[in-house]
Amino acid sequence: MPLAALKALTFLLCLLPLAYYGWGAWHDLLGANPVEAVTRGLGTWTLNLLLITLAVTPLRKLTGWHMALRLRRMLGLFVFFYAALHLTSYLWFDQFFDWSAIAADILKRPFITVGMAAFVLLIPLAATSSHFAIRQLGGRRWQALHRTVYVIAILAVLHYFWLVKADLSQPLLYGGILCGLLGLRVWWREQERREQLAGKYQPKNISLKPRNRIIPILPER
Amino acid sequence: MRTSTPSPAEITPPEVYARRRRFLKTSIGAGLVAAGAVSPAPTFAAPLKFGAGASKRDYASGETPTPLQHVTGYNNFYEFGTDKEDPARLAHRLKTAPWQVSLEGLVKKPVTLGSEEILQLAPLEERIYRLRCVEGWSMVIPWLGFPLDVLLKRVEPLGSAKYVEFISAVQPEAMPGVKGRVLDWPYVEGLRLDEARHPLTLLALGLYGEVLPKQNGAPLRLVVPWKYGFKSAKSLVAIRFTEHEPRSSWMKAAPREYGFYSNVNPAVDHPRWSQASERRIGEFRKRPTLLFNGYGDEVARLYSGMDLRKHF
Repeated sequence: MPLAALKALTFLLCLLPLAYYGWGAWHDLLGANPVEAVTRGLGTWTLNLLLITLAVTPLRKLTGWHMALRLRRMLGLFVFFYAALHLTSYLWFDQFFDWSAIAADILKRPFITVGMAAFVLLIPLAATSSHFAIRQLGGRRWQALHRTVYVIAILAVLHYFWLVKADLSQPLLYGGILCGLLGLRVWWREQERREQLAGKYQPKNISLKPRNRIIPILPER
Repeated sequence: MRTSTPSPAEITPPEVYARRRRFLKTSIGAGLVAAGAVSPAPTFAAPLKFGAGASKRDYASGETPTPLQHVTGYNNFYEFGTDKEDPARLAHRLKTAPWQVSLEGLVKKPVTLGSEEILQLAPLEERIYRLRCVEGWSMVIPWLGFPLDVLLKRVEPLGSAKYVEFISAVQPEAMPGVKGRVLDWPYVEGLRLDEARHPLTLLALGLYGEVLPKQNGAPLRLVVPWKYGFKSAKSLVAIRFTEHEPRSSWMKAAPREYGFYSNVNPAVDHPRWSQASERRIGEFRKRPTLLFNGYGDEVARLYSGMDLRKHF
């Protein structure tokens, strides 16, 4: 499939959850508590898309399907889009823009605190998604900044854990998938580190201290 | 001694029977049944005039009752699953006849009564109560039943009885939820004896003029309108009088979050969310939650001198 068609298809698929909740709300198909259904649904889809975005790199490495990488920016922006809608539904339908109540909620309720933190951390990522921003920041700094997505994902799953009343099976499922996605990265990085230490990438006749060749996790100062 | 004669509650009225036959005869109906989408055993296997002749009293200040479809379609009954739609989908499997309730513990006359016998104990009353769920939503429900005290009196509680424990049914073959360990089964709730004997505490056998639907806790359940909904245990099989405060299933699951009293109180938050307001099912805007769910005039004296923050 050509890239343009793949992108168009992804775009439409990403809009389906919104269409579902929009249609359901309009035609009163969302059950007895439609407001909660919408708020929860938007949150669930934020998390779904976040995990899908984090699956792009492992998918590419495992299958060799490199075109997936070209969809990652759009998927990431849809994460932000659904997160913003989820937040709006909370501010509006749950709190009716009562700012003092909202402030108290953010300070007092750990699940709101981490949810809000995750959203705030998403903003710079969405803001630096363009080619222009990548050029301005430089690849290395841009990449370092965008690694906060791992923290965001952990906060988002925690947000879900602390919200449910008793049945932890769903948050555990999300947590397990996230552990898998992050665990793969840790494992790959460790493999790479060992290979470097073993001198695999080191030209024979140049002597370099091995530690200088290890991929830095943080950008060089 | 048991006979095979069906009780009046089990007899399907002719008009309902005819309606069901018509539905099943249509290909679409048969298709749905075959696909398992619609249960051929309806939840309302009840005569239409169950509550006929019941006295009616509104305890919800004229607020509009929540539509029946929401009362029976949006339930917390974790024995059938933790989704709100699970009980409506699965509770038809619950076997409610025959049904026995054991009244036991610190009483002079312990007894086991069938649900039909309990139904005969007192005339049914219709009482419209507010129901506030600990999750932050609420309904208004016209229950049919009579004060629980009618039943409690019969067994003559001993002076040493200070609390009443309510135990719900466990039917593993009908209840997929009891296979998981979300809560400690059977579901247990408790009240202080004076709370249990309070005239507002209802033993409900029906709602909206019908026999209690299974997803709402058939054949009989507790309704304590000034406490969070989970205190009103469903599908009761035992009522036990005890000297010490019972530990409810929710107290065991999260002792920091659910206390024994669990009175509706907008000033005492759940540790993880506010209880200051609630969403009435069917309404868009939230409304402020009332102390004791609006039943303070009747019940506040039960807690005089108590720190409601400590005894949450």
